[in-house]
Parts: sequence; structure tokens; C-alpha cells
Amino acid sequence: MSDMNSGDYIRIEHVTKRFGSFHAVDDAHFSIRPGEFFSLLGPSGCGKTTLLRMIAGFEFPTEGEIYIDGQPVTGVPANKRPTNMVFQSYAIFPHLDVYDNVAYGLRKAKLPKAELDRRVKEALGMIRMDGFENRRADQMSGGQRQRVALARALVNRPKVLLLDEPLGALDKKLREQMQFELRMLQQQVGITFIFVTHDQEEALSLSDRIAVMQKGKVLQIASPRELYESPNCREVADFIGTMNFMPGVVKSIEPKVAVVEVEGLGLINSPLPEDYSFAAVGSEVLIGARPEKLDVVRGAPHPGEKGVKGTIGACAYLGDRNHYQVTIEGRAAPLQVATEQGDRSTLASFSPGEHVTVSWGDNSMVLLPKS
Amino acid sequence: MAAGTAVDTSAAKKPSWGAAFTRSEALRGWTLLSPTTILMVVGLAAPLVIMLLYSFWKQEGLTLNTDFTLANYAEVSGKYYTVLLRSLWIAALAAFFTVLLGYPVAYYVAFHAKNSKFIWLILLTIPFWTSYLLRVFALRVIMPEELRATPAAVVIALTHAWAAFAILPIYVSLEKIDRTLLEAAADLGDGAVRRFWRITFPLSLPGVVSAMTLIFVPTIGDYVTPSLIGGGKPATFMIANIIQGQIKSNDWPLAATTAIVSMIMVAIAVYFFVAALKAASRSLR
Repeated sequence: MSDMNSGDYIRIEHVTKRFGSFHAVDDAHFSIRPGEFFSLLGPSGCGKTTLLRMIAGFEFPTEGEIYIDGQPVTGVPANKRPTNMVFQSYAIFPHLDVYDNVAYGLRKAKLPKAELDRRVKEALGMIRMDGFENRRADQMSGGQRQRVALARALVNRPKVLLLDEPLGALDKKLREQMQFELRMLQQQVGITFIFVTHDQEEALSLSDRIAVMQKGKVLQIASPRELYESPNCREVADFIGTMNFMPGVVKSIEPKVAVVEVEGLGLINSPLPEDYSFAAVGSEVLIGARPEKLDVVRGAPHPGEKGVKGTIGACAYLGDRNHYQVTIEGRAAPLQVATEQGDRSTLASFSPGEHVTVSWGDNSMVLLPKS
Repeated sequence: MAAGTAVDTSAAKKPSWGAAFTRSEALRGWTLLSPTTILMVVGLAAPLVIMLLYSFWKQEGLTLNTDFTLANYAEVSGKYYTVLLRSLWIAALAAFFTVLLGYPVAYYVAFHAKNSKFIWLILLTIPFWTSYLLRVFALRVIMPEELRATPAAVVIALTHAWAAFAILPIYVSLEKIDRTLLEAAADLGDGAVRRFWRITFPLSLPGVVSAMTLIFVPTIGDYVTPSLIGGGKPATFMIANIIQGQIKSNDWPLAATTAIVSMIMVAIAVYFFVAALKAASRSLR
């Protein structure tokens, strides 16, 4: 392949998977770099697990090819691939204890007994489960089972570790702790992690890069920051965090900025994204604004910012911030605005019915294609 | 406080059956079990005790001597040693072959039948729509002459008759296996054969054990099959045929003793069999 980048470890080349007439994965085309923590993010049924299972070798693409380390792998069964998987249900073998579960893959490799023992102990140490060698699956908590599943995969020193929503079954506190440990572990072992999740926060906090999927299609692949700050379409913006969507018409395209007229807000300057081919003068577009990129003030907008008058509708106290719905004259949908809590002396808050100004800067808004 | 205590005591003085029934899990459990329990006590436990009593008595002509004696036990162990062993062997072989032949069928239905599982399960039970006697007779008719009066013929007939009893429990235990475990085994490097021996087979052992016991225990006491297939030839006699003879000749104490000895042998055999299978499964990892 002439266009092959030697830095690509896994290459998904125009992969489509159909079950009957249903497109589980539709023309996925991207690469994953060695040592990367890569997430497949999307709602259930978006095809992320199917894609992962194709990399693992449990499913095979209807069209296209997957390359691992430069080798096409369609036709290579799961047991011959340099990948190991952590299953959503953990799939701990119930008839074996922790030691034999972790040793499972090594026994197949026919290692000398001492070497096998050393590596099993090392893997158990890595996940802090030493002393649990003789436990069985039904004698462990969800978090412990999850660790054993990790050790069982990592002990084989795979080139790629595949994780299928491994934290989904854990409660919130434990999940946050495990996220942190996973990230540490990945940096420690330095192998490529491909992580499937429907939890956007989890994906944002763990990943080097994220592929957002919906209805079988990969919508955007970018770093967490880029995804959040510059989503390339309404679906991505909507799936990751909250965003106000405002339809508008492009009035003019200036260097680096599009001027868009939005009902109720007047003319808005929005930075141009990398690809703005959708935004011709006179065309309909969407302007997006994250609630925390807007602010509510009394009187005039912040210096150097633009503003529009409105009335506070509903408000919610969320501890670290306040959430307001501000009704703007001439706009059907209210604006969602989130303001940070200041220190405790300035418990500045607004009450429903209060007349305020919503203030925004030139970098608050995102230009999106009208979907 | 005092008033409260007074109320409590008066309530406790009138125990209502309904309330006690609702409160006590054990009471509800026993109520549910009671018809079966009564039947088991009257129909099984009591006769067993009576049988045990008889085995220590002695039939002398037409009179029953109720003085304690171990003579029956001495007689059984001396005289019926061969038949007891033969019964054990026939039952063990029948159980073994039934499971050996039934396992692949159960495996197919559990893993590959997909949408036709229901039809397969119905088909498996169809033989039971015909009388057992008819089936054994039919088998006897198609058997070669020289095979008929041999223990092998009995094993074949039993294997054929008990097939569904092996297939169904094994099918259930295979059906229960989480398919993700097999994917995990493949992911860890195992091909189909190793997956079977390291995951599928050990996890289906409960089914195999219950199939084997389900067949071994009743067949060891089978009476119909050897007498029909063997045509009453002593070469195929199993222990139940002996007991029947003893009852015919009115020696109830000896019949009771023979039955008890064979029960003890079954218990010992099953114990060792299950222990051996467990040990074997531990080596598969």
C-alpha cells in the first residue's frame, strides 16, 4: 500500500459490516497509532462493539480490510491475532480460580512452569490482586473481576488490548477510580488500547483520540479537546456535552471568520472550521454555543463581547455552577447558559423573571453544517 | 412504653396461622413440600426400613424366623457375586455409551440447531411415545441371533432406551454456558478443540454427571430388559432378575438382603465415579 503510514498500527480500510440489510458498520476508514489510547464512542447500537469485534476476530467485515501491524487480518481467526480483549461481562471462567484464569493464555503458549508462575504473579501484582490466586469468579466483586479480566489479557503481552465497555457494570465511584488506573496501566505497559464506551465523560478523560460513531458511521475522529471545542457536526456536538443550536444564514465570509445572522441574536462572528465548504454566502448553517461559553450579566455585556437582552426562565443550582434558561425575544428556544460559582462571598445568582443580558465573545460560537 | 409492651404480648398470645405462614419462609417451604414428603415417607422411607428389618431375618420354609442373623448377607456375597458385578458392569457400560453417543447430539442441539431447537427436543422424546416393552421387543427382533442372549445385547438395548435421559441434562448444561467464555478462550489463543476440552467440557460436567447417574442408578436394577433381550437365559441375568426369583420362591429376607447389598454397591460406585470425574475435571485447565 503506497499510502500506508508506517506510524499506523491498526488500519481500518473502508470496512462495512452488514447483518442482512442492516448496516452495523458503514464504511469505517481510519488508523490507530501504536501506543495510543483510542476510544470508540457512541450510543448503543452505533456499531462500536461490532467494529471492536472485527478487530478481535469474532466478526469479519462484509467489505473492506483491517490491517494489524501491516498485515491484513480478515481470515485470521481470533486465536491467531496479536490482540486480547477485556469483555463487557468480563467472561471470567467460572470453573477456574484467579490464578488459572490469568494463566489461561500462557498455558497454551507452553511456557516453562517457573516462567509461567512469575508472569502470572507479576500480572496479579500489577492489578493489585496478589493473594487472590485461589478465588473463583463468584467469590469476587465486580471491580475485582474486572481487574482479573485485565490481567488475563495483559499477561499475554498483546500488541493491542481491546476493551468492550469494561467499566459499564461498576458503580460511579469505582468507575472513576478504575478509569484512573486504566490510564496509568496503559502508560505503564505502553501498548495500544482500543476502548469502547457510550460514556462521553469516560472517553474524554481517558483517550488520546476518540472516534464518535452513530448509526454505523464514524462521524469525527479527534482528540477529546478538539471534539468538545470544535465538533464537526450537530450529532457529535449533541452527543458530547450540551450545546445550544441556532439556525442562521451566512452573510459573509471574512478571513478566518464567518458572519452569520441568527434569529434574535443578530450578526454573529464565528471562527471558520478547517473545512467550511458547507458555508457559502447565503447558505443555511447552524451556530452552536456551549452553555459555559456564554455568560449572564446584569446590564451591559462584558467588555469586548456582544450581548442580547433576555429574561431568566428556569434555573438550576448544580453545586459548582448554575444553569439558566434564558428566553430571548424573537427566539423560540431559550438559551442554555451555565455560569461558574464564584467564591462564597459573591453568591451572585439570578432569579426567574429577572431581565438580564447574555454575553458572548467571538470564540464562543462554533460554525456547524445544517444537518 | 408499658402500654406498647402490653399490646405486644396480647398480640403474641393469639398466634394466627395466616400471619405465621406469611412470616416464616420455612413454614411455607414445608407446606409446599408436605404432599411429597408424606408420599416419600409412606412409600419410600417406611418400606426401606421394613426391607432392612427383613434382611436380618430368616425364611425357614413357610415360617419367618425374626431372630437377628447375618446369614443372608453371607449368602448373598457368596452366591450372587458374579451377578452383582455383571449388573454393575452392564449399567456402567450402558451409562457410558449413552453419554458418549448422547453428548454430540446434545452439543449439536445446544450450539448449532439455532431456530430448530424446539423441534429437536420434541424429536428426542418421540421414542417415549411408544411403550418400553415394544421398543425392547422390536430391538430383539432386529438383533442377530448370536447377540441376543449376551450382556452386550443388554447394553445395546439400555443405551438405546435411555438416550434421551443423557441428551436432555447434557443439553441443558451446554445451553447454560455463556458463549462469551468461548470467545474469551479463543481470544486467549485456543482453537476449537482446545476450547472444547478447556471450557465446554468442564462446564458441561454437571450435565454429564447427572446423565450418568440418571442412567446408571435405574439400569443397575433393571429387570425387564435382560429378561426380554436375553430371553430368560442366566448369562444376561442382572441383580433384579435374581431378586425376582427369590421373591417367587418366597424367600423375602434373602430378596431384601440382595436389594440392600445392590443399593450399597450403587452408592459406592456413584460416589467413586463422581469423585473421579471431579478429579479429572480439575486437571483440565
